[in-house]
Amino acid sequence: MTAAVRFRSAVSLLGRFPALAGVDLDVARGEVVLIQGPNGAGKTTLLRACAGLVAIASGEAEVLGHDLRRDRRAVRRRVGLLGHTGSLYDDLTVADNLLFAARAMGADRRVAEDAMVRLGLDGRLRDVPVAKLSAGQRRRASVATLLARRAELWLLDEPHAGLDADGRDLLDALVRERVADGNTVLLASHEVERARTLAHRVVAMAGGQVHVQPANVVGREPLGVS
Amino acid sequence: MFRDAALVAGKDLRVEFRSRVATNQVAPYALLVLIVFAFALDPDRGFLTKAAPGLFWVAVVFSALLAIQRSFTIEAADGGRDALRLSGLDPSGIFIGKAGAVAVQLALLEVVLGLGVVVLYNAPLGGAVLLATTCVLATVGLAAAGTVFGVLVGGLRVRDTLLPLLLLPVLAPLVLGATRATEYALAGTPADGWLWVQLVGAFAAVYTAFGIVAFGPLLEES
Repeated sequence: MTAAVRFRSAVSLLGRFPALAGVDLDVARGEVVLIQGPNGAGKTTLLRACAGLVAIASGEAEVLGHDLRRDRRAVRRRVGLLGHTGSLYDDLTVADNLLFAARAMGADRRVAEDAMVRLGLDGRLRDVPVAKLSAGQRRRASVATLLARRAELWLLDEPHAGLDADGRDLLDALVRERVADGNTVLLASHEVERARTLAHRVVAMAGGQVHVQPANVVGREPLGVS
Repeated sequence: MFRDAALVAGKDLRVEFRSRVATNQVAPYALLVLIVFAFALDPDRGFLTKAAPGLFWVAVVFSALLAIQRSFTIEAADGGRDALRLSGLDPSGIFIGKAGAVAVQLALLEVVLGLGVVVLYNAPLGGAVLLATTCVLATVGLAAAGTVFGVLVGGLRVRDTLLPLLLLPVLAPLVLGATRATEYALAGTPADGWLWVQLVGAFAAVYTAFGIVAFGPLLEES
């Protein structure tokens, strides 16, 4: 089976600045990998590169078996990115947003409905414009779009930000479910203790490089609270 | 491609329907442009009637700028541009969908402005076939060129000011052709207007074809 993510000396430039300065990274399918590092380490850029949103200037980069330098569109159809922004249309309702996300991926209304139910956005919230949601509800709607997209690789950038305790527990449960179904999760989080309860492995980033990459440990229990 | 186009057009039109920006802001703005011209040229109502085709298309172009800016502002907010790129939709389909949504809004606006021109400028109605053909082709051309330049500047912080600066000179042939064709239609000599319709049609065809091919790379690189 091909790796979910395989980077070799991958370089990404933001202008002239090497946001990824020769990254080597292997992530197996079914693994949850926590990316740690200080601000500016390149965590967000790495996640965006995995989503095919940041170009790889040199080196090798494969995601879900697709070469990121040649076939970014194929990668994008199979990944879901939960970034700092919600990627939602403010004037559309929750249902409209999820339906658009689902239909763009060729899924039907039922997938969007299921995602709303799973995130507790059914009922009165489904027909509320996103602009009128609280920050936590917006975050839930963004997570729901990942479900509606049926992504195989979840790329989560500070996923717990803005969520209340129930929302955080729900997100963790969803991550565990996705991984149990054979999907893969890369997450960057400053909430290390919580993230470690999900992760099989932690990689450390600094200066646009992965400095510590322990061997893949698929099948092992998550690291748990240290 | 056309399934994706329908999806994107439906989404954009739903955004406009729910936000009511087009009906509450763009359409009143377009009518205000007509009224301001009426005040400015009022001393000579004969001239106003004669200038009606040009003023109509200038009002349409100004309104189109707002509609196009709006089309890409909704993508810029909350990371929508990334969402669009991650959506997996065919870029050509996205182009057709976004241009189609703008075209639908412009077509409705042209009906309102047309009534305004008849009422405010006392413009005669004539040459229905030429007039309708001109409006359809000019609307397609405006929407296609606007969508190409809209995505070009959509990722920039200065997009709101840069878009008119880039787009208005490009639209000059379209405004010229549409104005002349409309003049002939209203003057009751439509046979003379078809040459200008060809110019408008060529403009629409070139920018539609260019947009279908170039929208993907422009969405990636801008």
